[in-house]
Amino acid sequence: MTVALVQTALELGLICSLTVLALFLSYSMLNVCDLSTDGCFTLGAAVGAIVAISGHPYLAILAAMAAGVCSGFITALLQTKMGVDSLLAGIIVNTGLYSINIAVMGGSSLLNMNKTVTVFTLMEDLLEGTPLAGQSKLVVAVLAVILVVVFLTLFLNTRLGLAIRATGNNPDMVRSSSINPVFTTIVGLCVANAFTGLSGCLLAQSQKSVDVNIGTGMVTIALASLLIGQTLLGRGGIFTRALGVVLGAFVFRLVYTIALRLDMPAFMLKLVSSVIVVLAISGPYLKSRWPMIYRRLTHGRAAAAKGGKV
Amino acid sequence: MLTLSHISKTFNPGTVNEKKALTDLSLHLEPGDFVTIIGSNGAGKSTLFNAVSGSFFTDSGSIVLDGRDITFQPEYQRARIIGRLFQDPMRGSAPGMTIEENLALAAGSGGWFSRMTRSDRQRFRDRLALLNMGLEDRMKQPVGLLSGGQRQALTLLMATMVPPKLLLLDEHTAALDPATAEKVLEITKQVVAEHHITTMMVTHNMQDALELGNRTLMMDSGNIVLDIGGEERKGLTVEDLLERFRAGAGKKLDSDRILLSGLEE
Repeated sequence: MTVALVQTALELGLICSLTVLALFLSYSMLNVCDLSTDGCFTLGAAVGAIVAISGHPYLAILAAMAAGVCSGFITALLQTKMGVDSLLAGIIVNTGLYSINIAVMGGSSLLNMNKTVTVFTLMEDLLEGTPLAGQSKLVVAVLAVILVVVFLTLFLNTRLGLAIRATGNNPDMVRSSSINPVFTTIVGLCVANAFTGLSGCLLAQSQKSVDVNIGTGMVTIALASLLIGQTLLGRGGIFTRALGVVLGAFVFRLVYTIALRLDMPAFMLKLVSSVIVVLAISGPYLKSRWPMIYRRLTHGRAAAAKGGKV
Repeated sequence: MLTLSHISKTFNPGTVNEKKALTDLSLHLEPGDFVTIIGSNGAGKSTLFNAVSGSFFTDSGSIVLDGRDITFQPEYQRARIIGRLFQDPMRGSAPGMTIEENLALAAGSGGWFSRMTRSDRQRFRDRLALLNMGLEDRMKQPVGLLSGGQRQALTLLMATMVPPKLLLLDEHTAALDPATAEKVLEITKQVVAEHHITTMMVTHNMQDALELGNRTLMMDSGNIVLDIGGEERKGLTVEDLLERFRAGAGKKLDSDRILLSGLEE
């Protein structure tokens, strides 16, 4: 039973870690909080499903990633060239994508892939008779994560990758250097959203269905995983940090799966992820403020003891 | 090398906050010129640098650098031939990235997908060693761990990694302690002399303004009120300079800061 539990957490964690890796690029590196993540995740799922249903399981993966690139491009264009605030750009694209996603799914809000050939069923056939039989979800997810982590590690150490990191790290420096921040922001968001699309596509195909709400709350879940990952392995090179991010996604899912076993209802997932994000972000902030808060509290008490007014 | 013809810039035109930051300013620099610029706060020194480096486009006039009209060239394109250092040592480098990553970015060799090679690292090491700050042994450390002086020295190295046609130094030693400032200035002189870079340096230190370089400009109310070079500049004292400023601008130099830093020496 526990093995099955860990297995589910591992599969889901790995597939969703692709979205976390996307945020690792956009949020941690480029310093853009990309709120179009939810919609883009669903877009990847919908496009991937439609292409797979029409009989192209491999093309489905590429199409989902390409759809993600388009979505990221528009988000980036809005914030770099059209004067829209970066948070607002994400929200706008996210809202627009809701309609587009339903349109992609042919006007329906649910698509079934029970009989569809996907990379998972293909892998299932391939693994038959080997010791890994029945582990197609895990194998596909591991392969995808390895590819993306290796790609990110290589990419972020190229000159373009360094430029993207500098754009997020010190905008002042970039403005007065020969890097065009518009270009780096666009490239960064396109690449990040390709991974978000891939993540959505793989989740839908492993579940054999797409719901138009499959991506709802994804950005918070991914942020929670990202922040857990950074707490676990936040220092060191890109590779270590990317691994930390994947680990974070797994830990998040594991905690969540265990909570489910303890009779926590499934609908609590999003509240849990919100609380984790709040803790991870405000924890260090409150910790740094605590001495002053404590001083004010004790100062008031000491003054009151002396009979003075606070 | 650099020719500014009649450039003007007005901020917030038509409002109560209207500020004529540059007024019909013209300037010509010869290749290899090292110009020091002084003037009170708000005289337009930084605005002049912003105009040259392309932080904004001027309202009128033209800017020609190394034979190319760059009046409407965006900032990031000009940055390939213009190096710039700011007063704030934190502005010029990315704190979350390592020393070698910062240098690799500044070196800008190869295409977008090129990676740092062993020979790149060796080159960075050699350059860092010139600073005499021990940075060559800390290349894998994030720049955020360096002191202000170390960061400014690194920024200088980054700005001159590919020798620029023009180097703009905007009070780049003002935020450093005297000893470090001295050192960074020393490195500046070395680097500029080595590559024979045309340089403009804003300073509030009148003594530096007279000792460094071959030409001194004084700015007031968005224009150049004094331009001293060649024989005329030799043997000039800070007092002479203040006297000349009074004559040129038709008023006393109003900044305490500039007076103090002049008299401290």
